[in-house]
Amino acid sequence: MKPPKFDYYDPRSLDEALALLDRHSDDAKVLAGGQSLMPLLNMRLARPSIVVDINQIEELNYVRASDGDIAIGAIARQRALQTEKLIAERVPILREGAYYIAHPQIRSRGTICGSIAHADPAAELPALALALDAEMILTSAKAARTVGAKAFFQSFFTTALKANEILTEVRFPAPPKDSAWSVLEISRRHGDFAIAGIIAGLVLESNREVIAHARLVYFGVGATPIRVTAAEEALIGQAASESAFEAAAQSAKQGIDPTSDIHATEEYRRALAATLTKRALRAALQKLGKN
Amino acid sequence: MATTRTVKLRVNGVAYEHTVEARKTLVDFLREDVGLTGTNVGCEHGVCGACTILMNGEAVRSCIMLAAQADGAELMTVEGLAKSTGELHPIQESFRDKHGLQCGFCTPGFLMTTYELLSKHPDADEEKIKEWLSGHLCRCTGYQDILESVKLAASRLRNR
Repeated sequence: MKPPKFDYYDPRSLDEALALLDRHSDDAKVLAGGQSLMPLLNMRLARPSIVVDINQIEELNYVRASDGDIAIGAIARQRALQTEKLIAERVPILREGAYYIAHPQIRSRGTICGSIAHADPAAELPALALALDAEMILTSAKAARTVGAKAFFQSFFTTALKANEILTEVRFPAPPKDSAWSVLEISRRHGDFAIAGIIAGLVLESNREVIAHARLVYFGVGATPIRVTAAEEALIGQAASESAFEAAAQSAKQGIDPTSDIHATEEYRRALAATLTKRALRAALQKLGKN
Repeated sequence: MATTRTVKLRVNGVAYEHTVEARKTLVDFLREDVGLTGTNVGCEHGVCGACTILMNGEAVRSCIMLAAQADGAELMTVEGLAKSTGELHPIQESFRDKHGLQCGFCTPGFLMTTYELLSKHPDADEEKIKEWLSGHLCRCTGYQDILESVKLAASRLRNR
């Protein structure tokens, strides 16, 4: 199908875009990379009367260092995750995660902030935002506010973002230097949405044997990306070994909230989460120079 | 406010200007207004890859972009591959020689992705080729011949 009729604006400045949203918030949709919104328009699942295209707002096109964080503007493309040196140096797990995001032909247009604002629970970027304690900067004509990932993702395709706000920036703190991260997912074909996926982070005590910190975030297995703290606690203070990983895997199975759909059953997703937990922890441990 | 837009862009080096509805997708603009029907419309939601073209050198889905968003852009479509004399591009020749197509519907998209892939990664290995081609669906070939076509094209382009 083809998109329904709408009024199209492509303002050159953020102020202009925000003023438009303020005036038309309930009838307007923000168009960034369009890799989620355009399909919805083509299928007429979305019928906004106004489309505010933010692609011409050059002030929102950046990936830069900011107080030890990586700040990413609203129209930075997903390909930037693989090409920006800054990301490879400071948050390399974002680069690894980008490999799983759809295809090069999608990442050329799709934006990092757009994927986070769309909040598909099976998408990689929302899960990376949660795993890495990212902060979202939500800007309206009147004010800007900062919301942490945990409060930002509320349910399926539902976030803290209000209709008159734009997600103007996401800030990824550089993870601790002694941490190692791994991202894995299972999908039927490369680039499809994950049936289940994981982002795992690991820090060892100075003796390099015992786990000091762990982070386990799952995607595709609930209404939002899910951090399973019980599974993390099953690791902390334990020797970095298969038995600890198995305990975390079993805990993760219970800590997620998957449903059955045409792609997989709930039971299968729980089994995948357990398997991915072990694989991701092994991979993280390997990066720490241990096997 | 506007429900129509004047779009000026270049396709395969030729300038075009048309006033179209703002809701018009880029692929429909190319086919209906520019008159280049080599780019196919498949799924219309960015999954099948049939509509893939190059915008400013990067492969994009022209079905999930508005024509208005390509204002000022430099596009390349499948029509831009062969020389005006009719001589095929090495990528096209390789697809022909290795039987990288059957019905041909998906082919323009595969060719354009291959063009960007081999421009940026002339030494792409099988894994890299598969990663890039994964953004395209083909219901005929079973993909093996497409993979072989891209490998042959890569070696022909390297040795050119």
